[in-house]
Amino acid sequence: MIEVLNLTKKFGDRLVVSDVSFSAKKGEIVGFLGPNGAGKTTTIRMLATYLPPTSGTAKVAGCDILAQSDEVRRHIGYLPETPPLYGEMTVSEYLTFVARIKGIGARQVKSRVAAVLEKCFLTEARNMLCSHLSRGFRQRAGLAQAIIHDPAVIILDEPTSGLDPRQIIEIRQMISGLAENHTVILCTHILPEVTMVCNKVVIINRGRIVLESRLDELVKGRSLEQVFLECVSQEEGAAASGAL
Amino acid sequence: MRNIVSVCRREILAFFVSPIAYFVITGFVLLSGYFFFNLLAVFNVMVGRFNAMAAYRGGMNAPNLNQWVVEPYYHTLLVILVFLIPVLTMRTIAEEKRRGTFELLMTSPLSVLEIVLGKFLGAAFVVLLMTLLIFSFPLLLMVFGQPGPEAAPVLNGLMTVLLCALAFAAISMAVSSFTENQIVGAVSGMVTLLLLYVIHSPAEALGEGWVSRVLQYLSPVLQAEDMIRGVLSIKALVYFGSLIVFGLFLSCRAVDARRWS
Repeated sequence: MIEVLNLTKKFGDRLVVSDVSFSAKKGEIVGFLGPNGAGKTTTIRMLATYLPPTSGTAKVAGCDILAQSDEVRRHIGYLPETPPLYGEMTVSEYLTFVARIKGIGARQVKSRVAAVLEKCFLTEARNMLCSHLSRGFRQRAGLAQAIIHDPAVIILDEPTSGLDPRQIIEIRQMISGLAENHTVILCTHILPEVTMVCNKVVIINRGRIVLESRLDELVKGRSLEQVFLECVSQEEGAAASGAL
Repeated sequence: MRNIVSVCRREILAFFVSPIAYFVITGFVLLSGYFFFNLLAVFNVMVGRFNAMAAYRGGMNAPNLNQWVVEPYYHTLLVILVFLIPVLTMRTIAEEKRRGTFELLMTSPLSVLEIVLGKFLGAAFVVLLMTLLIFSFPLLLMVFGQPGPEAAPVLNGLMTVLLCALAFAAISMAVSSFTENQIVGAVSGMVTLLLLYVIHSPAEALGEGWVSRVLQYLSPVLQAEDMIRGVLSIKALVYFGSLIVFGLFLSCRAVDARRWS
């Protein structure tokens, strides 16, 4: 469903993402892990066709992100780190707008909005202005806009950031529920989240992929934290010796 | 088309939920009414003097409502638009970037043209509303004036103000789309429109050469003159239409540059 091939991104002279390759099959929830500033958000922004790569390419649902970017956008649901909400709209109005621009037919808009409101536990907040929503409801509204058009691929950037424990559990349950019919990339630096929700892990550090593995094969007698620290330390050691 | 309508509807909602549209429309109507009242008051004084000079005026023509009220009124409106239109359009692209909704638009299956057109049409709706409201003043003259002004200059002038406002909206939207700061966008828009408004000023000093002719052609003031006098000028229609297209083209390039930067 997702094939990333040698994706590289430079901002001026600064190399942010270097030669990144990984894949994700249908039904997989991939945890895209890395420390702050590792290049996670840049990578997923390229997959979401918000940023063009400097070199390399990727295929999402069989469509090339450069040559078929419009098609890719139809197959992707993207939740950025800050949910993209219009404060002056109610939740219902906002999701109706998103449904229309995501290409849902006029006759299906109302039913899709109702379904997504229920799926994301937003029914009680449907008439609230987005600017009045609590942090938890904002994340749910953001998740709702990402899945409203039933995309094949869902990319979530730090979906539980800033939430309280109960809200975190709710969001994780929603994400787990998506796996059946979607491919999910969960971009996070919270390791327990990956352990609880994902079945595959990709670790990135300093713009390079340091590990890609199924979770059950990876953590054999070790915790994900140990594996993560090992990978990141090895990569930083290699980078330091290269610099020397 | 559906996408353009969706974006346009959202823009119109955004305009009227925030105070911007209300301040701009109210300011425009207040200023227009003030200048219209002044022009009419001066005209009344002139008519009074003309009538008082009945024995001495010989072949002099009576003061003309079109010449002394309607035409200067419409010319004054163009100046007001130079300052108010950029305030209206400063948020169209910049605010999307500021609150993170730009990413939503850029990662949706919307073309850049659909986004830009939708936003422009939203601003155009507010411009149309402004124009219709200020038309009430010359309309009062037409209804209650004895005699009232000629209809052709009044209607042509209204169309000119509308076209000019739309052209200004397209240009200032383009200028503000290159920045994320609304204030910078508004000021840049004002400066650009002011430069466009006075672009013909050096023409006289430059003589009869091609540069002088080009500067005169580019001037919205000179292009609007014939239309405001009541002459339907194809040249002016093409000019304002071209400005609108040029402004939208620049906006598309600015948005596309952000997408692929």
